[in-house]
Amino acid sequence: MAKQAVLIPVLDEEDPTLAAGFAKAANVSGDIGQLSVGQLMWRRFLRNRLAVGGAIVLIFMYSMILFAEFVIPYDHFVSNSDFVTRPPQLPRFIDSEGNFHLRPFVYGTETVLDTVNLIYLHKDDLTQIYPIHFFVKGKPYKLFGLIPWDVHLYGVDEPGTVFLLGTDRNGRDMFSRIVIGGRVSMTVGLVGVILTLIFGSVLGTASGYFGGIFDTVLQRGIEILMSFPTIALWAAFAAALPPDITAITRFFFISIILSLLGWTSLARQVRAKVLAYREMDFASAAKAAGASHWRIILVHMLPNALSHIIVIATLAIPGMILAETALSFLGLGIVPPAVSWGALLQDAQTVAVVLKFPWLMLPGAFVILTVLSFNFIGDGIRDAADPFAI
Amino acid sequence: MADNQNTILQVENLHTHFFTESGVIRALRGVDFSVERGKVLGIVGESGCGKSVTAQCIMNMLPGNGRAVEGKISYYPRESIGSQTEKVDITGLPPRGKAMRAIRGNEIAMIFQEPMTSLDPVYTVGSQLMEAITLHQNVTKQQGKEIAVDALAKVNLPEPARIFDAYPHQLSGGQRQRVMIAIALSCNPTLLIADEPTTALDVTTQAQILDLMRALQEETHMSIIFITHDLGVVAEMCDDVAVMYLGKVVEQTTVDAAFHSPQHPYTRALLRSIPRLTDENQTRLDVIKGRVPDPSVVPPGCAFHPRCPEVIPGLCDVHTPEVIKLGGGQEVRCLLYDDKLMAQSPTRTALAESR
Amino acid sequence: MLAYFVRRLFYMLTTMVFVSLIGFFIINLPPGSYIDVYQAQRQNMGTSTASAELEALTRRYGLDKPVYVQYWKWITGFVQGDFGISFEYNREVKELIWQRLSFTVLIALGTLIFTWIVAIPIGIYAATHQYKIGDNAATFVGMAGLSIPDFMLALVLMVIVQNVFGFSVSGLFSREYIDAPWSLAKIGDLIKHLWVPVLVVGTSGTAGLMRIMRGNLLDILNMQYVQAARARGLSEPLVIIKHAVRNALHPLIMLLGMSLPSIISGSLVVSIVLGLPTTGPLYFAALRNQDMYLAGTFLMFLAGMLVVGNFLADILLALVDPRIRYE
Repeated sequence: MAKQAVLIPVLDEEDPTLAAGFAKAANVSGDIGQLSVGQLMWRRFLRNRLAVGGAIVLIFMYSMILFAEFVIPYDHFVSNSDFVTRPPQLPRFIDSEGNFHLRPFVYGTETVLDTVNLIYLHKDDLTQIYPIHFFVKGKPYKLFGLIPWDVHLYGVDEPGTVFLLGTDRNGRDMFSRIVIGGRVSMTVGLVGVILTLIFGSVLGTASGYFGGIFDTVLQRGIEILMSFPTIALWAAFAAALPPDITAITRFFFISIILSLLGWTSLARQVRAKVLAYREMDFASAAKAAGASHWRIILVHMLPNALSHIIVIATLAIPGMILAETALSFLGLGIVPPAVSWGALLQDAQTVAVVLKFPWLMLPGAFVILTVLSFNFIGDGIRDAADPFAI
Repeated sequence: MADNQNTILQVENLHTHFFTESGVIRALRGVDFSVERGKVLGIVGESGCGKSVTAQCIMNMLPGNGRAVEGKISYYPRESIGSQTEKVDITGLPPRGKAMRAIRGNEIAMIFQEPMTSLDPVYTVGSQLMEAITLHQNVTKQQGKEIAVDALAKVNLPEPARIFDAYPHQLSGGQRQRVMIAIALSCNPTLLIADEPTTALDVTTQAQILDLMRALQEETHMSIIFITHDLGVVAEMCDDVAVMYLGKVVEQTTVDAAFHSPQHPYTRALLRSIPRLTDENQTRLDVIKGRVPDPSVVPPGCAFHPRCPEVIPGLCDVHTPEVIKLGGGQEVRCLLYDDKLMAQSPTRTALAESR
Repeated sequence: MLAYFVRRLFYMLTTMVFVSLIGFFIINLPPGSYIDVYQAQRQNMGTSTASAELEALTRRYGLDKPVYVQYWKWITGFVQGDFGISFEYNREVKELIWQRLSFTVLIALGTLIFTWIVAIPIGIYAATHQYKIGDNAATFVGMAGLSIPDFMLALVLMVIVQNVFGFSVSGLFSREYIDAPWSLAKIGDLIKHLWVPVLVVGTSGTAGLMRIMRGNLLDILNMQYVQAARARGLSEPLVIIKHAVRNALHPLIMLLGMSLPSIISGSLVVSIVLGLPTTGPLYFAALRNQDMYLAGTFLMFLAGMLVVGNFLADILLALVDPRIRYE
């Protein structure tokens, strides 16, 4: 024991600096006492590095899709038969002769015919150097669909090309397609979750608060919905969508289909919370004071359940993104010519393709990054909202 | 209380810290007391003063982030009576080691605060009883079952054979606490630690359980450490009492002395805060001003000084009181009894008047 | 116990009825009547359909009758083993599904076993070593496992196996065994191929289960009866396994039934990439081609499997938990 006592720096109580330390500590804890619950949660969230990292990644990605037309160098649907499945052109600073360039550049393209497989193969032509310019004038577009503009974030001089993430089988720039596809993939989850939140919290609250026959019927209904493999049911609904609807309508229908099954678990958890709150003193007190059902639910229960609901919602988004990806990958979600990450991944369905053109898998990397970020944030909020939860 | 033959457990200068993410919590900051053979020691104090942590230290089952960093717990096993005392240093034993487990549940047993959750819901009462018996006693299954049913009968449970086969959820809170006592006593321990065993029970059941424990103690002559925050229970159950405040024992004495001539200002304040039937005039109950401080921010000097009605500024907030032995086995941690310091104190005369 | 059993059984049967209603709804979901689609399909293939045949079909499914009659005809046929015909294959549905369904069940069971064998020990380790390196690593790997779409994992795994070991792991059998009769060698070959889909489908489930096990066990470890068991002098492994883990497993048994849907979902998508002869490829193709009796039958069987799985989980839970048994 004595050994341990030496190893662990135990502060001596007689130490005068310690007394000051205590006073300081007392002050600090006094400060914490004055913080609101929200501020406390915010502090705790900021201490979780993975969650903060996730938040930064997402902010970056969402601004990318918001300013998509500005960020991308090419139209995402324009084919280029000269550059079919060109590997990524990585930006470089040092050329093949070892010279350093302050401005990053990409190499040109050298095309050879593979006489065995009868396809053209592209590789970097080390003799051609195209410096990357920023804020270049290019094809005009409308930012946010409103403001006409023609400046793009980056580009190279003709006849050079800058396919940072390579091209697909029609010679379309993968980066441009991924950014535009992100518009669908990264928002379908948000729209789906908003719908889920509305269905789930209204039904869950009603079911928990009023109980009785309504509760029983709803719970049985949820059980029945949960007995289907979700992807199978999603696919069945998606397959029933009329083929001639516009891409945007299809997008909204897919969101609705996703939330149609997604609300069940949220409703269950909200119901459990409301059931617990119903027994608590503050609810009884409000009832005794003559508050209406609506007032008790909206003023007393909802704020209490809010952090819980936010956590469930944040953790539900990744599931929806993955579901959209899977559906589109199967050809039942977003269908070409519209793009989403899942639809892009349709090009990479077989091992043979992936072995030859690994960069066609890159949309998947964006899926993983997004989903991982949402998961970390959800976990961070959960820990911040309730330190005792799992 | 010295290292005499009547001592069964001696705790000396015990410091226990919890190493948490937000810093070290010093739960015990020098606990001293001793338990005599065949006597009942009450440990009293407000919530958070370290009563339960002390019990966990004696059982050597602190949670993962807790450690006894200083001090010693010595246990004198039953074989040592009369012969050369062979004491066991509990703090020195590895918590999960064989030697400690041979003591735990066998020589030192424990019952807990929440009878509703202290039995595993998926096993019968009998199987949990047998767990302890077959572990510590070299008996056959049949003999073990007899001992078990016997133990259930001893705690006045009706139809012990039926209770043996019952699952915990089929019993009431009082019945469950009786089962816990039966499990604890099934191996005839020499020391029983009862951590607020009646707090969660209703008053009638509480009285029954206390009567039962008192009767069993008289029958078996085991020692009991009775942890409670209820001074009434102390008066009814205990021979000696140790008063704890913020991780330290501030006074240890006999129950009589504690109630009739309490020495530490905290003990006195506690006693003043109990309602008495004999009070003639209807006065307001005294309360101890302030709150128990957060154990991570212990005041310097005597930890009780911010709340103490007899505080001496310039003395109590600077010096940490040592254990001072008064007559009649009474021990107290208070500067009022430190003659040397008091002699140096400029406010001595003022204080003498106030006393 | 018997009353509980009967009640769960009744529950299961009513759920089945509702499931069949949803199944019927889905079959009738695509716009246009079944006969129209059938005819259009036939015309595309260049064969005209005799009106006698169309009439026979109309009679068989009661298509000229009200909806509830159609449902009744369909469901009574269904329970007798008449699942309708697939016009994509122009065969009875029942001839197409059995083998594929049984491989699906095989993969689902394999995945379930894999998930539990891997997730439970890791969960126990993580909970008993909370915030230590192993726990944090498990959390991170688990989170990553939850975030990768399983079809991508399948692709990556196949690429790795092909590059490193030099053989293809797609399908459930090597080429020489596909049409071979069942033999020990064929079963061995099956097992050699089975681990890929099991690993891929099981990854996200393992990650989730591990988190749940960890959380449950952490809760249970704080319970007083675990302390009490320690105070009795039981050894730490015995306390953990006999008292803590046993109690932490109960909620997981309830999840057992609920984890089946995601396992089946996963296997459906993965089987496309891996080219498995399971439900997935046929089901999605049927949906795309609006071959609704085929798709509907698959959906019914998948849902039926899950309902039965839930029922079994309920019974299992009652067997291990006295509080439910003595309700």
